[in-house]
Amino acid sequence: MLRDITLGQYYQTDSVIHRLDPRVKLVGTLLFIVSLFVVDNFIGYAIAAAFLLVVIKLSKVPFKFMVRGMKAIVFLLIIAVIFNLFLTPGEVVFSVWKIQITKEGIYLASFMAIRLIFLIMGSSVMTLTTTPNQLTDGLEKLLNPLKIFKVPVHEIAMMMSIALRFIPILLEETDKIMKAQIARGADFESGNLIKKAKSLVPLLVPLFISAFRRANDLATAMEARCYRGGDFRTKMKPLIYQKRDRWAYVVCWFYLSLCIIIGRVLL
Amino acid sequence: MSIILNHVNHIYEEDTAMAFPALTDINLEIPDGQFIGLIGHTGSGKSTLVQHLNGLLKPTSGEIYYNGADINEEGFNKKELRSKVGLVFQYPEHQLFEIDVFSDVCFGPKNLGLEKKEVELRAYTALKQVGIADEYFYQSPFDLSGGQKRRVAIAGVLAMKPEVLILDEPTAGLDPKGRDEILDQIAKLREETGMTVILVSHSMEDVAKYVDRIIVMNKSRVLFDDVPKEVFRHYKELEKVGLAAPQITYIMQELKAKGLNVDTDITTLEEAKEAILKALGKK
Repeated sequence: MLRDITLGQYYQTDSVIHRLDPRVKLVGTLLFIVSLFVVDNFIGYAIAAAFLLVVIKLSKVPFKFMVRGMKAIVFLLIIAVIFNLFLTPGEVVFSVWKIQITKEGIYLASFMAIRLIFLIMGSSVMTLTTTPNQLTDGLEKLLNPLKIFKVPVHEIAMMMSIALRFIPILLEETDKIMKAQIARGADFESGNLIKKAKSLVPLLVPLFISAFRRANDLATAMEARCYRGGDFRTKMKPLIYQKRDRWAYVVCWFYLSLCIIIGRVLL
Repeated sequence: MSIILNHVNHIYEEDTAMAFPALTDINLEIPDGQFIGLIGHTGSGKSTLVQHLNGLLKPTSGEIYYNGADINEEGFNKKELRSKVGLVFQYPEHQLFEIDVFSDVCFGPKNLGLEKKEVELRAYTALKQVGIADEYFYQSPFDLSGGQKRRVAIAGVLAMKPEVLILDEPTAGLDPKGRDEILDQIAKLREETGMTVILVSHSMEDVAKYVDRIIVMNKSRVLFDDVPKEVFRHYKELEKVGLAAPQITYIMQELKAKGLNVDTDITTLEEAKEAILKALGKK
């Protein structure tokens, strides 16, 4: 049942993209997303597509994994395309009864679709090639300057990684409790909404208790190891920029400037 | 009336790179009233096997018959099956959720759609069967001790009046006293009701005293399936798969090797005492 849900969709393999510093990947993804909104012509999108394809190729992640993330936004995509297609005023190309399709509508709809698809694919590349822990590490380092404004960066990152770590454990626990209650004749599937909600009590109560127990155990274990939060803590695997990371930054910034020049200045 | 498993296979995550066989070609017949010990190392497939017996898991291939009916056939009433084949999971105390002990035990029979009177009668009987005193009935289950919680959880399954009771490691995490209490209670219960009991464990010591048949699982297959003393004769093979015969078996084997004329098939402490005294007395 719950085994099928995969969270944190990391795809394990060894590639240049996998080895990049998570900070580079976070910033790179951000730059890529910015580029998608800067560009507003097809040549620009061709460059974005080329960039994306090269990165996917380098990451050695099978293409079907990128497409998998798309399923979640199919509905959103269809709505965005339909609205833009039919509701954009302009030069009419095609019209039936009251429905009009304009040249501007076609442009807008296709831009919107391309943007959304590239957006999802771009961020998929990041999550597929970076473990959740690396991501939180990277985020912590990137947000470090915010400490000046008294933002508890380390604590936020710690909470994120603990939450991520506990997802598979709690999923397994849910599966176990569910089975135990089914063995006692519980029925989680049939009945109307109210009945279904009620049937969740025998699942949720033990689950919450177990979550609190685990949280308590973890807190005790951290306390016993003298955990004391952010300042002056060192890392076992500190993030240090390598040569390839610097090159990756150069490539990303170069890509963004190219998009701006082609998308805005030349055309 | 029995449970029959016919060439049952179960593979986790089939069709992926992580495919993992948990059960391979399992053929078993479990007649009514037997007291069975299901022994195996962690990951040998014993928990997977028992979850097949009440239809929580579906075999990848093969059939399971309960009283002659294929339980995975369409239209088979699984809810009824689950009331007949009661499964107590590992650490069953983690599934308690009601505000008091009595209501928690009522959960099972209530799900069977019984009348309120019958539900309460069954809950009362079940709690008595596991030896929970009246004064605990209206306490929160979370205020009880570990051993008591576990007994309440077992009562929760017993209240459904199963014909087959399966207990997955009922003694895990209990101290020796709590362990003996639970096992004695199960043995007593089985004597009173005559139901089939399947005791899952990784310790031979636990089950040797009680059961009349031992099924040893290793790496998703059934390795031995026989009466205890026959299984313990293979104590060298058992060691190879990370299990061990009861300590008594080793003592008796060594005494025999040293020249003392004792019966090496003895499995319990009491029998061993008698045999050694007898052998020494005759000398």
